[in-house]
Amino acid sequence: MSINILMPALSPTMDEGTLAKWYVKEGDLVKPGDILAEIETDKATMEFEAVDEGVIEKIFVPEGTAEVKVNQIIASIIVENESVATSNELNVEKEPVGKKLSTDKKVLEITVDTQSNKKNVELKQSTVRDALRDAMAEEMRLDENVFLMGEEVAQYQGAYKISQGLLEEFGSKRVIDTPITEHGFTGIGIGAAFGGLKPIVEFMTFNFAMQAIDQIINSAAKTLYMSGGQMGCPIVFRGPNGAASRVGAQHSQDYSAWFAQIPGLKVVAPYSAGDAKGLLKTAIRDPNPVIFLENEILYNQTFNMPADDEQTIPFGQAKIRKTGDDVTIVSFGIGLKYALEASKELSQLGIEAEVIDLRTLRPLDTKTIITSVMKTNRCVTVEEGFPVCSIGSFISSTLMQEAFDYLDAPVICCTGRDVPMPYAANLEKLALVTTSDVVDAVKSVVYR
Amino acid sequence: MTQKKNKKLAKTTNIELLKYYKDMLLIRRFEEKAGQLYGMGLIGGFCHLYIGQEAVVVGLEACSNEGDKRITSYRDHGHMIACGMDPRGVMAELTGRTDGYSKGKGGSMHMFSKEKNFFGGHGIVAAQVPIGAGLAFSDKYRDNKFVTFTYFGDGAANQGQVYETYNMAMLWELPVIFIIENNQYAMGTSVGRSTKSPSLWMRGSAYGIPGAEVDGMDVLAVKAAGDIAVAHCRSGKGPYILEVKTYRYRGHSMSDPARYRTRDEVQKMRSNRDPIEQIRDMLISGKHSSEADLKNIDMKIKELVNDAAEFSQSSPEPDLSELYQDIYVET
Repeated sequence: MSINILMPALSPTMDEGTLAKWYVKEGDLVKPGDILAEIETDKATMEFEAVDEGVIEKIFVPEGTAEVKVNQIIASIIVENESVATSNELNVEKEPVGKKLSTDKKVLEITVDTQSNKKNVELKQSTVRDALRDAMAEEMRLDENVFLMGEEVAQYQGAYKISQGLLEEFGSKRVIDTPITEHGFTGIGIGAAFGGLKPIVEFMTFNFAMQAIDQIINSAAKTLYMSGGQMGCPIVFRGPNGAASRVGAQHSQDYSAWFAQIPGLKVVAPYSAGDAKGLLKTAIRDPNPVIFLENEILYNQTFNMPADDEQTIPFGQAKIRKTGDDVTIVSFGIGLKYALEASKELSQLGIEAEVIDLRTLRPLDTKTIITSVMKTNRCVTVEEGFPVCSIGSFISSTLMQEAFDYLDAPVICCTGRDVPMPYAANLEKLALVTTSDVVDAVKSVVYR
Repeated sequence: MTQKKNKKLAKTTNIELLKYYKDMLLIRRFEEKAGQLYGMGLIGGFCHLYIGQEAVVVGLEACSNEGDKRITSYRDHGHMIACGMDPRGVMAELTGRTDGYSKGKGGSMHMFSKEKNFFGGHGIVAAQVPIGAGLAFSDKYRDNKFVTFTYFGDGAANQGQVYETYNMAMLWELPVIFIIENNQYAMGTSVGRSTKSPSLWMRGSAYGIPGAEVDGMDVLAVKAAGDIAVAHCRSGKGPYILEVKTYRYRGHSMSDPARYRTRDEVQKMRSNRDPIEQIRDMLISGKHSSEADLKNIDMKIKELVNDAAEFSQSSPEPDLSELYQDIYVET
């Protein structure tokens, strides 16, 4: 009987990949464990093994094909023994099961992201991933004191490929693999910063930074104050923050509000590639400790951005990503995806939203928010984090105190649900903030 | 390593002996004065005195070169004075005044001097250990020959980050000397009640870090052991651990009634092992100094400490605008 071989999902966030190379051809006999093909995911190039013994019947997707969807049939194999019914076979019959959230997740989204209103800015396309790497590489070229340390940043080229190529260019003195020991290497990084270096500490995800939270808060953030201004800590802590996809409660938390609460820290949460690059360059040059919150789902998104390598973006300046008169939607990081999608839907209903991308959470550009709300008289905030003591609740209280007379409706904070992140696909979807949450909130504040 | 053996190893001069005596006595008198000011309500919060442990930091400072760094816990007054920080500035910080090393915003546990390469003064038990290794990392990165003296107590020695740091310090051969000031009590819990390990320095052997135990009541023994540790680090061989057996005479902090040990235990230490008395005896018995010489020194130190105490009370409280200063380095 013939069994279909499907494009495998090789990472939590992979929806599609490139079939880089076939190691077998039609007519070849393969055994379980034989390498069939090489597949490039958003994170790495991986080998794909045979599960069944049989003869390759047909190859449907030639090597070199990009954007092959997960679960697409890439080949078929003739298996002699009928009792070897595999999970693949079952999957084919119920194919949509494996397709998870791919309908509302576009891997390659081209969003125009001009950094300024200046005409004739030369643009290029870049993923957020490459933008982050370029920012680090450029700053490392400029300043000998900048170095990168973290788990798998060097030889492995980064768990999420952010540091790809840096070891080759800068060597093992400046691109340093650490053991899995967050509390320890965070403290060492802070000590190196007190010693005058400019460390970039990568957390494989910010969930693991909880192991090191004492060093970040008590040592990095507070020492300048406690030393009467003597001991600055020029350090960047960066890595993916918030939910990825189907990785459960311990790997899916948005820590934006936690870090934004701490005087002494600066907190950055970019959305686009251009902002990721310009803000990371600023973060590395900043003489203070900076928490740089990335998002795994955004890593592979492509944006237009200025081709100019020198572009830095100052902290504390929000960006209006869309203008509108009817309502102000404030968000940051991945939240912009929902805010922007919602604003498109709302436009079709005749509601024009002004969409503000905060970009930095500390310092927070309250002025831009207030100015916008004075025009629209309504505000909805969007974030993935928990609702209690969220960034949105702070914005809401700020608006009450500073723009009360301009508000025609209560501020609504769209957030993740007040639950640990569930693993099940349907429950996870329910726990995350969605575009329709934002649309509904806007409709409610404009009384439609 | 016995006390006797260390004494044989230690070579010293009468000039050095006299310096150790002065440095230790200054710390002792300073701390006594701090205790007094605390009792008068002029110093607030937590105040951890170094009385009894003076030989540790004085012996090790004698091994340091210009450019070396030091970092410690919240029992930090002795370290600051030993590395040459001004007693006036330290005392004014204790009283929370504007001329304190941290403009009055750090207090007893959080003081720093960039000028003297003193990197704190850390209030979280063991947090200074990886930071100390990080300072050493910065020196290795720059390829200079400085070392970092990283002090912590027997209580901190049970914190996980110490061992994370040991691992990386050895892995990267960082020029850091880990100094465990084992004063026998982590607040009220004796070493014997917190671990079955027979010795704390030997825990480094799991990471390949050499070390030694040293009598911390004997400044010459500390100096001798410190020289070996410093030479090891400076030669690029990586970290070294010294477990310095010492004793604090006062409670953990000013508010500690110290009911976990007997008066007799403390008194025996004071009478038989006092680091300052030991050197005093050597100076007199070796005819390096006369009673009159030492009395003269005592008086000068008393004056210095009284001056610091007066200064710390006459210095104004920080300006109210200081509340919002020093949160960020201006960009």
